[in-house]
Amino acid sequence: MGQKEKSAHVVTSAKKEHDKHESEHHELGFVRKYIFSQDHKVIGIQYGITSLLFLLFGFSLMMIMRWQLAYPGQEFPWKWLADFMGQANMPGGIMLPEFYNQLGAMHGTIMVFLGVVPLAVGAFGNYVVPLQIGTIDMAFPKLNMTSYWVYFLGGVTMLVSFAMPGGAANSGWTSYAPLSVIATTGQTVWLIGMVFLITSSLLGSINFIVTIIQLRVKGLTFMRLPFFVWAQFVTSFLLLLAFPPLEAAGVLQLMDRLAGTSFFLPSGLVVSGQPLAVSGGGSPLLWQHLFWFLAHPEVYVLILPAMGIVAEIIANNTRKPLWGYKSLVYSAIFLGFMSFIVWAHHMFLTGMGTTISTFFQTTTMIISIPSVIILTALLLSLWGGSIRFTTPMLFALAFLPMFAIGGLTGLPLGLAPPDIHLHDTYYVIGHFHYVVAPGTIFALFAGIYFWYPKVTGRKMNELLGKIHFWTSLVFINGVFMPMFIQGLAGVSRRLYDGGAQYAHAQGVLQWNEFMSTSAWLLGLAQIPFVINFFWSIRKGKKVEANHWDATTLDWACTTSPPLAHGNFKVVPEVHRGPYDYSHQGAQSDFLPQNQPGEA
Amino acid sequence: MEIPYTIHPRPDTGVYNAKLGVWLFLASEVMLFGALFSSYVLLRIGSDSWPHGYSILDWKIATFNTVVLISSSVTMVMSWASLMLKDFKKYKLYMGLTILCAFIFLAVKAFEYNTKFGHHLYPSTNTFLAIYFTITGLHGLHVIGGIFVNSYLWGPGSKMWKTQPERFTNRVEVAGLYWHFVDLVWIFLFPVLYLL
Ligand code: HEM
Ligand SMILES: [Cu+2]
Repeated sequence: MGQKEKSAHVVTSAKKEHDKHESEHHELGFVRKYIFSQDHKVIGIQYGITSLLFLLFGFSLMMIMRWQLAYPGQEFPWKWLADFMGQANMPGGIMLPEFYNQLGAMHGTIMVFLGVVPLAVGAFGNYVVPLQIGTIDMAFPKLNMTSYWVYFLGGVTMLVSFAMPGGAANSGWTSYAPLSVIATTGQTVWLIGMVFLITSSLLGSINFIVTIIQLRVKGLTFMRLPFFVWAQFVTSFLLLLAFPPLEAAGVLQLMDRLAGTSFFLPSGLVVSGQPLAVSGGGSPLLWQHLFWFLAHPEVYVLILPAMGIVAEIIANNTRKPLWGYKSLVYSAIFLGFMSFIVWAHHMFLTGMGTTISTFFQTTTMIISIPSVIILTALLLSLWGGSIRFTTPMLFALAFLPMFAIGGLTGLPLGLAPPDIHLHDTYYVIGHFHYVVAPGTIFALFAGIYFWYPKVTGRKMNELLGKIHFWTSLVFINGVFMPMFIQGLAGVSRRLYDGGAQYAHAQGVLQWNEFMSTSAWLLGLAQIPFVINFFWSIRKGKKVEANHWDATTLDWACTTSPPLAHGNFKVVPEVHRGPYDYSHQGAQSDFLPQNQPGEA
Repeated sequence: MEIPYTIHPRPDTGVYNAKLGVWLFLASEVMLFGALFSSYVLLRIGSDSWPHGYSILDWKIATFNTVVLISSSVTMVMSWASLMLKDFKKYKLYMGLTILCAFIFLAVKAFEYNTKFGHHLYPSTNTFLAIYFTITGLHGLHVIGGIFVNSYLWGPGSKMWKTQPERFTNRVEVAGLYWHFVDLVWIFLFPVLYLL
């Protein structure tokens, strides 16, 4: 406590810059303040709430699908829900294959583009990055507001697509041609929705990069940036450079669907026994190349911010500097570069030839090195620390082995020979879900528990947090671990009946019920979180501004910093690296970045 | 408190915020058009027959359009230079010319499209025309976007010259960067589609 007051005084004396705007500042109306807000904190919260709702929605789609997988062709137990989804989709409470496909495609799309990325980048990035670099807002506040609202429009568009004739998009979140080109109208709406989401990401990424380069406070050199900021920085470059090719692909597919072109339609295509009346001459593989050119970097967009969050929390709760900060930073940058030249490891089975396969399997093996370095550095950071097992720390700790499982199971997929067996099986689904669900989503939960006190001034309940953590950990493994078993047995993904009609699947079929039950229990396990989240806003334990005794600048400003450029009363100045914990000879076990002097 | 470096460059990076922002935006645009050009290459390599651009398209009228667009880039630079010399009248003139050139370019493009449609040549006719219409169409949208920005800076937006001349000059500079990029894309488009 005494320490904290001292450092606050230090800030004040560091630089006094009278702020005339503070006094003449007039109150904004409710709409400008909370709805069309230009303040990075409000926008961050808007992103956070919207994306959490989408995550819940995407998860619900999957919980419904899991019924069909566990009990293929049986009547849905909740009549009201079956009715809600309509006779056209679930006649007599039994799910139609077409509807299953819609749910699958939209689950993937919503989870990735409307859930995880907006939460990891839009919410955490927006709220935390400007605070951590000691500035008052993002570089372009209006653009920031626009990003959010364009994202929102994209989300609405995706939801509306369910009401199209033929329902929502049903060609998977990958929208492979030619299937997607001849699909129902929902696909057109999906493409339009994607154009909104891409535009939003582009605007956002420009904003982040400019903010980080231009608005760092005095003394905050690049090598003093918290790793979280680095992670967001690299992520923004990936979004900036990888999304435009998907936008191009989207435009081409829209042309195929609306103007009758044949970019992705080969000559002589026959649909339902009828030759398709198009000029032909296109290439379905072109779509896959353009799609994966985005979608591989996209997986690093999903994982890098999560690594950033975990790094912050681990340094803070082990009370020591991160092990190998520089290696972490260089690995993240290298990862960013490499992620642009591995995309075709998703396409080993398309017959693109062994030379190309060899190239991409080599680059894939190379890119696994920086990932392993990051994971190892985080793991070694635990060594010799006096660890505080707070709820955020538990989630951050669980991230390490979960991400490790996800990453290691990816290696066989990156080598062409084993991938021939594993491609498009449940093994793949297990692999990437370990990365994004118990990996990224756990990290995002960690982040919510960690920064909640900064936003609200109160702490989330520890007991509920621990219940949430342990139950989620058990059930999420129950969902995804058996997928490896099924996949190795050769069960394909995207099967409407979970493999029931395949002879080779019979031996592993019993897992379907187990996985589905785990998924539903996982749903229940989120209830303590939801209760905790809302209850703590008013009833949580009140805590001081730097509750976790952290060193980075986001903890140097007050709780829930005032809107309209009020983050810092005085511009802070940075004197040291981001994780000066347990400094030899210092009075407390942490030295905030803005504290001058040696100790 | 105000956001720093909105007008003056940050000493250690040497740029002001909007300039860096526009360069980043252009980097993403390079990826957008780069993907389309790559698609062109892939489709062309993969096809059995591919017409020569000059056998379908009118390269003469496109050469004229190239000249128009390059001139507009020159006038754009002149308009910015005029502001640097504090000559607002000249600025108005050159910016006006830039906008005029953009309109001429679009008119010529519309005429070209119309002729093609008149000969029953549509995007759906073959893959060459498909990519021709798509890329030039997207480029046309960029030209339209440029017209909006430049017209704003020529008209209502130019009031800022009286209150914040430096900021206004920056805006024109940034709009100029974008406009040169639009020009540059065309310089790639023209030989690839019309001549090869
Ligand atoms: C934790 C609860 C989750 C469960 C139970 C679950 C389950 C599944 C299952 C069974 C599939 C395969 C569907 C099929 O191919 O037939 C699937 C696909 C997919 N999931 Fe999840 N998932 C969950 C969370 C997530 C999260 C958090 C993400 C995003 C980061 C995600 C992204 C995807 C994607 C991209 C696909 C592929 C969709 C497609 O093939 O088009 N899932 N999920
Ligand atoms: Cu990949």
